[in-house]
Amino acid sequence: MPTVSVKRDLLFQALGRTYTDEEFDELCFEFGLELDEITSEKEIISKEQGNVKAAGASDVVLYKIDVPANRYDLLCLEGLVRGLQVFKERIKAPVYKRVMPDGKIQKLIITEETAKIRPFAVAAVLRNIKFTKDRYDSFIELQEKLHQNICRKRALVAIGTHDLDTLSGPFTYTAKRPSDIKFKPLNKTKEYTACELMNIYKTDNHLKHYLHIIENKPLYPVIYDSNGVVLSMPPIINGDHSRITVNTRNIFIECTGTDFTKAKIVLDIIVTMFSEYCENQFTVEAAEVVFPNGKSHTFPELAYRKEMVRADLINKKVGIRETPENLAKLLTRMYLKSEVIGDGNQIEIEIPPTRADIIHACDIVEDAAIAYGYNNIQMTLPKTYTIANQFPLNKLTELLRHDMAAAGFTEALTFALCSQEDIADKLGVDISATKAVHISNPKTAEFQVARTTLLPGLLKTIAANRKMPLPLKLFEISDIVIKDSNTGPAFFPGRCAEIFARGQSVGKLGVLHPDVITKFELTMPCSSLEINVGPFL
Amino acid sequence: MADGQVAELLLRRLEASDGGLDSAELAAELGMEHQAVVGAVKSLQALGEVIEAELRSTKHWELTAEGEEIAREGSHEARVFRSIPPEGLAQSELMRLPSGKVGFSKAMSNKWIRVDKSAADGPRVFRVVDSMEDEVQRRLQLVRGGQAEKLGEKERSELRKRKLLAEVTLKTYWVSKGSAFSTSISKQETELSPEMISSGHLHPLLKVRSQFRQIFLEMGFTEMPTDNFIESSFWNFDALFQPQQHPARDQHDTFFLRDPAEALQLPMDYVQRVKRTHSQGGYGSQGYKYNWKLDEARKNLLRTHTTSASARALYRLAQKKPFTPVKYFSIDRVFRNETLDATHLAEFHQIEGVVADHGLTLGHLMGVLREFFTKLGITQLRFKPAYNPYTEPSMEVFSYHQGLKKWVEVGNSGVFRPEMLLPMGLPENVSVIAWGLSLERPTMIKYGINNIRELVGHKVNLQMVYDSPLCRLDAEPRPPPTQEAA
Repeated sequence: MPTVSVKRDLLFQALGRTYTDEEFDELCFEFGLELDEITSEKEIISKEQGNVKAAGASDVVLYKIDVPANRYDLLCLEGLVRGLQVFKERIKAPVYKRVMPDGKIQKLIITEETAKIRPFAVAAVLRNIKFTKDRYDSFIELQEKLHQNICRKRALVAIGTHDLDTLSGPFTYTAKRPSDIKFKPLNKTKEYTACELMNIYKTDNHLKHYLHIIENKPLYPVIYDSNGVVLSMPPIINGDHSRITVNTRNIFIECTGTDFTKAKIVLDIIVTMFSEYCENQFTVEAAEVVFPNGKSHTFPELAYRKEMVRADLINKKVGIRETPENLAKLLTRMYLKSEVIGDGNQIEIEIPPTRADIIHACDIVEDAAIAYGYNNIQMTLPKTYTIANQFPLNKLTELLRHDMAAAGFTEALTFALCSQEDIADKLGVDISATKAVHISNPKTAEFQVARTTLLPGLLKTIAANRKMPLPLKLFEISDIVIKDSNTGPAFFPGRCAEIFARGQSVGKLGVLHPDVITKFELTMPCSSLEINVGPFL
Repeated sequence: MADGQVAELLLRRLEASDGGLDSAELAAELGMEHQAVVGAVKSLQALGEVIEAELRSTKHWELTAEGEEIAREGSHEARVFRSIPPEGLAQSELMRLPSGKVGFSKAMSNKWIRVDKSAADGPRVFRVVDSMEDEVQRRLQLVRGGQAEKLGEKERSELRKRKLLAEVTLKTYWVSKGSAFSTSISKQETELSPEMISSGHLHPLLKVRSQFRQIFLEMGFTEMPTDNFIESSFWNFDALFQPQQHPARDQHDTFFLRDPAEALQLPMDYVQRVKRTHSQGGYGSQGYKYNWKLDEARKNLLRTHTTSASARALYRLAQKKPFTPVKYFSIDRVFRNETLDATHLAEFHQIEGVVADHGLTLGHLMGVLREFFTKLGITQLRFKPAYNPYTEPSMEVFSYHQGLKKWVEVGNSGVFRPEMLLPMGLPENVSVIAWGLSLERPTMIKYGINNIRELVGHKVNLQMVYDSPLCRLDAEPRPPPTQEAA
């Protein structure tokens, strides 16, 4: 779950009232959020680096709020406040408008070189915006949160925000050879080529995670303005020239990526959230993007969509009996402006660009239920009449377990994943003969394969319980994973047997070979029995 | 006296005593060696809780052999004094007396005697005082009488310097009644041979699993087949309408297989419908609008939830016409490639319940959950909006924990999305509600285990398995009945 960190007092100021921690916790519970932690910068540094380092840090109270993974509109203070205010009916949901500029429209031209690496781009302008330090921090933080979530760590979409007054359009989004790209990136004092930057950022704790997205490609994406100034080299870093400060008044936003739908959603989120601080509140200036095929599109889309849902459908799905008018009110509180139309049974719902998570009527049903209050819904039992059946394999297993324990054996529960050694070398077999299933990229040897026999797990359990009094009698009845059946020389020659039941081979038993015993770090003689339960069903 | 007899005497004395007794005192009373009493104490201790014995160390002063002699005969200086007649004694003669050498200088410094060096036949020793107090003897007698504390530090130190006193440490036992006190001794079985132990044990986690199976069966739920740890991405994710770019599908959270890497058998017509729903929408949905890839869906993995088994079961159900309502459950192992810590392992067990019927509501889901959790002894429930890629609405289930005095999450639930159910072929007015929780968490709470490694895997202490009690999910531990007031 994504976590948003907001200054408590700023939050309360924006909400227009204060809450006790308990009251706010309750509000979050109702709305589907979670007040995960109440802390401060000082406490955070103190926990991570000790009290000395924390000495000068701020002890302004911070609320860490967990937000559902599909609610991109709640990833910043601005969005949270707006959502909560509408939920509590203290404000009406603002309407976001795209407006054409007074002068020339800003243009972003995409060249065909980007096609192989990062084909999509969208852009918009926030005009006459007023930042304070907090608003500025929030703006940067939202980009980071979006990068981590919907953008899948910048792989799908990357956001670049620039001070428009330092640039001059039209802008070109192209891809060039790394050695041909040279600029002064954010937070650096001189120019570097892209190759040099890739090297430098290898040790940057933040940026090193994104290098792989373009590192090995022949061409790197880059955006220029009409004077050759580099705006950014997505998805790695922006140029220093156009960096945003608290005093920036006009912002040019570009989102590039490999997923067009997500790029559009991301752009919509940023502009809807922060257009609140534009002189012309909640308006966003349009930008034009020209694709390699010559076609142009205007962004941001800021599309409002209308959906029609029957009131009785909502009632039926939730299990309540609200009038269509009440349902419309409930939905409006969830930022889905609704009104009753037609025969009095239909509700027309307006879905704003901030709610990309609404893709089916069931999403609307959920919002109605949340506004109604889950805990206000009456609990009823379905009239579903069914006769229960056990899964035969599990039924037999339960019977066997109890009788094994009655026979004096103790049940073990071992891991299904183990090392190759455990099922091969230690049992005197070659791994290729085991027909085992192999895991890709195991973190440690313990996750290399899935067990093909239960024996290693039991032997490891004994090895870990060496100090227990003898005898040790263990059993386990559980799944193994094999590509097909195999036999193994784990047993002492002449001291093993194959088990037949009803004319079919069902397993093996015998005295374990001393090599097997030593490889599992055991010292006492050991015998084992393994039967496939399947044939007995 | 035989050991047993001493022990019995001790027990009887203990019974009569008020609070306890000291082993050294008892030895003195019974007129026996302290070691004999100590032996009895030790043999009683070996019987369990019959007595409680606290080892105490006491220091006390004892006379040395020389000190004993002086206490009896008097100090050297006193003896010297007494052996001097009124007319005096030649020093040379005096020195030949047994106490002479030692006693002379002391008697001189006490100013009891004097030497007349000018005497005719050599130095002559005369009494100075008529009588004297043999302090040293007196003091030693005090100590011998057990009253060493009447002497001052300095006096004791002096005597110790003269090697007449020694500080001795005596280890005694303070014996009191144990919780199993009785005046009769029964000999305990001191040797356990393997033949005596023939009991087997079931694993606590699997005992809890048996209880949950019972609960589901009591509620009319049929068990789904889950005997496949390996699953394809298609059934684990795509069929559940979880998009291919979802973070849960990357290497960090899921164990993908190297060999065999791909699932070859997939129901292709169903796969096509799923592809369309993801990429273009349909069935009333906008879809996710991205390029859905078959290769991605074929990737084999270790299942991350048993919901994949539920999807298979629902798909099978959808192929049977006409539709019949069902209740399904499963409890089985799942695999997550996440960070491991005290409460998380790569393998754990998931419990899942599913109801498919016409016209099921969120209220029905809550009702079923209430019945289910009531069977676990949990009656106070609260529901919170949540998010799952494949359910909408979704709810987290909370119950009130009396001990922690707060609401804790006990499960996750929701109504399966139409984008998941309709491509399977289920009728449009059929709703499917589902919920899940982990098996390990309630087990760890019930059995008081804090680290999951102490419960699952080969490093578990078998003693824990031997000792784990019955699993009664619906009973809260009851306080022991209070004793009747005397």
